Amino acid sequence: MVSVDSIIGRNSLHRKVQRSLRIQKLRALGLIAPLFIFILISFVIPIGDMLFRSIENQLVSEVLPRTTEYLKSEQINEDWEPPNELFWHLYVDLAIAAEVKLHTRVGSRLNYEKTGISSLFRKSGRSIKRFGADDYRKALTDQIPELTSIDYWELLAEGTKYGYTRDTYNAWKKRLIENDDFSEKTKPSDFLFVVLANDIKSSGTTPSPDTILEEKLLPVISELPEIRFKELFLETDEDWAEPDVWDTIQLYSPSFTNGYYLNSADFKKGSDGPELRPENERLYVLIFSRTLFMSVTITMVCLLLGYPVAYFLANLPLKYANLFLILVLLPFWTSLLVRTSAWKVLLQNEGVINDVLVAIGLISNLERLELINNQTGTIIAMSHILLPFMILPLFSVMKTIHPSYVRAAKSLGATPWTAFRRVYFPQSIPGIGAGSILVFILSIGYYITPELVGGTTGTFISNRIAYHISSSLNWGLGAALGSILLAVVLALYWVYDRVVGIDNVKLG
Amino acid sequence: MKLTKLSTLVLGCIIIANSSQAIDLTVVSWGGAYSKSQINAYHNPFMELNPDVNIIHDESSYEAVAKLRAMREAGNLTWDLVDAVPSDAIRLCDEGLAMEVDVDEILEPAPDGTPASEDFGASLVSECFIPQIVYSTTLGFRTDVESWNGNEPDDVCDVFDLESFPGKRSLEKRPINNLEWALLCDGVAKEDIYDVLETEEGQNRALAKLDTIKDEVIWWSAGADTPQWLADGEVVFGSTYNGRFFALIEEAKQPVKILWDAQVFEYDGWIIPTGLPEDRLAAVLDLVRFATDTQRLADQAKYISYGPARTSSNALVGEHATLGIDMAPHMPGHPDNAYNVFYFNYDWWADYRDDLDAKFQAWLAN
Amino acid sequence: MANFQPYDTKSDKAWYYIFRVICGLIFFFLMFPILVIMPLSFNAGNYFTFTPEMLRLEIEGFSLKHYRDFFTNPDWQVAMYNSFRIAPVATLLSVGFGTLAAIGLSQSHVPFRRTIMAILISPMIVPLILSAAGMYFFYSRIGLQGTYIGVVLAHAALGIPFVIITVTATLTGFDKSLTRASASLGAGPIRTFFKIQMPLILPGVISGGLFAFITSFDEVVVVLFVGSASLKTLPWEMFNGLREQISPTILAIATILITLSVLLLSTIEILRRRSERLRGISPS
Repeated sequence: MVSVDSIIGRNSLHRKVQRSLRIQKLRALGLIAPLFIFILISFVIPIGDMLFRSIENQLVSEVLPRTTEYLKSEQINEDWEPPNELFWHLYVDLAIAAEVKLHTRVGSRLNYEKTGISSLFRKSGRSIKRFGADDYRKALTDQIPELTSIDYWELLAEGTKYGYTRDTYNAWKKRLIENDDFSEKTKPSDFLFVVLANDIKSSGTTPSPDTILEEKLLPVISELPEIRFKELFLETDEDWAEPDVWDTIQLYSPSFTNGYYLNSADFKKGSDGPELRPENERLYVLIFSRTLFMSVTITMVCLLLGYPVAYFLANLPLKYANLFLILVLLPFWTSLLVRTSAWKVLLQNEGVINDVLVAIGLISNLERLELINNQTGTIIAMSHILLPFMILPLFSVMKTIHPSYVRAAKSLGATPWTAFRRVYFPQSIPGIGAGSILVFILSIGYYITPELVGGTTGTFISNRIAYHISSSLNWGLGAALGSILLAVVLALYWVYDRVVGIDNVKLG
Repeated sequence: MKLTKLSTLVLGCIIIANSSQAIDLTVVSWGGAYSKSQINAYHNPFMELNPDVNIIHDESSYEAVAKLRAMREAGNLTWDLVDAVPSDAIRLCDEGLAMEVDVDEILEPAPDGTPASEDFGASLVSECFIPQIVYSTTLGFRTDVESWNGNEPDDVCDVFDLESFPGKRSLEKRPINNLEWALLCDGVAKEDIYDVLETEEGQNRALAKLDTIKDEVIWWSAGADTPQWLADGEVVFGSTYNGRFFALIEEAKQPVKILWDAQVFEYDGWIIPTGLPEDRLAAVLDLVRFATDTQRLADQAKYISYGPARTSSNALVGEHATLGIDMAPHMPGHPDNAYNVFYFNYDWWADYRDDLDAKFQAWLAN
Repeated sequence: MANFQPYDTKSDKAWYYIFRVICGLIFFFLMFPILVIMPLSFNAGNYFTFTPEMLRLEIEGFSLKHYRDFFTNPDWQVAMYNSFRIAPVATLLSVGFGTLAAIGLSQSHVPFRRTIMAILISPMIVPLILSAAGMYFFYSRIGLQGTYIGVVLAHAALGIPFVIITVTATLTGFDKSLTRASASLGAGPIRTFFKIQMPLILPGVISGGLFAFITSFDEVVVVLFVGSASLKTLPWEMFNGLREQISPTILAIATILITLSVLLLSTIEILRRRSERLRGISPS
């Protein structure tokens, strides 16, 4: 029999424990929260934000909404000819974009995909001002002088009759506002008069005498020369007749694209799915595999050099071990740029190492070794730079291996080699795992050292990412390459966490 | 404690009071000797005449386009005047990041009254570009190479001649200039080069020519590389800007000579970012007007061997400020040097840069 | 030195010496680049090369002019000033946030401990170029790019993993009964923290702080992207120097920095010994 009291008592004890646990949890989380939020804002979100650029492609459809909308239903092949109406939409889109110089940004965006589009857009943005829109403005404002004021256009845009004019005017106004260029004093652009005239003309077929606008303007408009957009565009640049150009615009109309990722794998978007790039343009698969190859090599070299040193340190009395440890830590603490420039001095053709080799007669003066501006240079310099990251985890594992195991093995008749191989080595494997993964993770994302000593064959994918971000300005491609790199690193990080545990990273 | 607070407050007030009159201008350039020449020839005299203007130097012209784009995204323009090469200026102009200017309106005419647009002539490559200097990318070589048996290169194509002139070369790690030189030395006439380079076949032809020396080339990406390598003996033959060669030969006294054959003429100048507030814009326009007048452009040549972009400045070019050397013979445009000049086609490269760069990098990496 | 057992064979003895020679060579590999830099910084020439005069050990081959350049050139002075203006503040931020979080993480019932830890350490693992580019774009958007605060925040984020690692390491060796004893004697949690925990984890905090400081002080990729000319740090100026105007002044700075490193390292070593003594862990 259990008394009611005891149940309540037990429950309240249980509740107390629960509560104190909860408080403890909350307190712990409260302590972590500030840093967690800090890292989230200053680090995690920025990286996510950048990676988003690898799929983002709003620019084309935002700047050329009418053109891309029209192209949606087109089947573009080699025999396809751009219809007249397409050029009309292109004219309106370009005219709005050119007001705030957005057309050239689309041009440079599409030039990554097809050479020549950059200047095509630049030229066209300039030439559409000479398409005769000013004649329309003059003729129309002669009839209705109020058309020069922006207020009148606002009224027009409130009406529902001239849909195309309203949408165009609003789109134009939005761009100007974005650019801080819009005020009550802003003059309507010439092309707007062409749009209005067009609207009036097409609605003129259905009689609606309630607007003075039509009464006054229709006669003038019918006398104005028609603007032949297609001819004018083709006069500006005959590339506008190329189905390829339109195909590219069509392919890159969606707001999101896998184009940058295809590019990262040496593919490109074709109208029938991804196609492999021609051989002389393939680059990224090579660089990715080179990055992997060099990182593996650097990890192996570090292991090969780090293992004996760690073993040596672990078997010294602690007093001496700490002294020798300083020799390991000193390079670790020395500025990265300094160590890299030191390797430049050492490795060049006329550098210290070659000079010494020549002086002791190992090589002749004419066959100096090429140690820099290639993979050898990167591997040597980076192995040096990352070696401490191998030695320290190895050392901390080896310190815990008690010498009595090896002694026991020996006393049971094992040769020193067997004792090492069968007894010591297996126990040091966690250290090998920790050191190797750490070195590999750090090396795969290296930038500065390969940049300075890698030449053309010894550079990493990071160098290409930096190039696309600060020189070629193809930020989307840079982000796509970056997210592939990040995926690899995070996968390794996960493995590291499983194998070693992140809290077991040892420093100094 | 209170006293310090008070004094900070007072100091703060003084600073604020001052800043209401003084204007800080951030002027962006390339750094090194080139920036120094601008500081000596333009900025310091200007600040003496206008004590309320303070010029801060930035050396980020390498990333001008990227940085200005980022500033637009942020809506926070911190640069007031940017030194840029024409290709960047064209790009910035295209994107609306640089202001279009009327040079006759904002710049001084020549002393004889010739309007600025005529005085600057061909160097006005974009509506946003305010030219300063003419420089050239050209080749130089060591004069003490034993295996050359006393011969010296006198033709741009000698850089492709590994038999007569063996040894490492350094060329710039980008397609521009290299492809042109390669075609030129593969027998293409100067005026046809860009037409040939437009075709797949022409591009392969240029790369094939470069293939013949690829193993002997170290590729540079910073202006300081070739001079350093020539001084170290790492390379015996290499391209860089003519001003770098001048410093290497005349200041560091290294045994190096310039090969002026097929030097590639390029311009460099200012662009004014769009969206400056009025007071800063006014100060920048003052600075630009001052810094690009005939005398100031000639003054710059005292510090570095780059030619003034104005025709009227050429006659005023004098001696080097510290070395006392007559500078005129070191200018890329001097008749003795400009006997075979190659003009760079900016518009063409604006289109083909992305494509050829990808191909060139793929070629390099393989 | 060598403590051979009577049963050691000749090959054992030979191997013992060969092994030491191999280790000696590896240590040489580690130290060699640093040792080469120091004499070159006294180069009288203007390039990174040993001049014939230097090799002949003639006095004309050497000079202090690169050191003079460092201490008189305004560019380097500004860079040094900025480095010392950015690094300590970034360090303070890392240490402050990092220590709190490490104490939180060392409590016994923390939900999602592993995941949280993984995220907090990630700035050390994510390739710097990605961190730099990400911060560049994002900080631009929120108006922090090119500002002092932006650079400090970025550097603080990069320094945090080191603080977390070192402080959690000291906390794992921490004897919980000490806080319980303190609590049972009537001290509140705050008093316990400052009187008991703080002195014991202090060496870990300081060593983490030193790592964070050096990270900021030696960082070049992020500062190139997030910084601006008015915020150029020593590494920024050195990187520019390597591209723009190669001068042995960089080597002079390197020598000064190495000397600083030695001092810092000795500090850490002394602190570590003190901490072990305090916590009663005897060197085994």
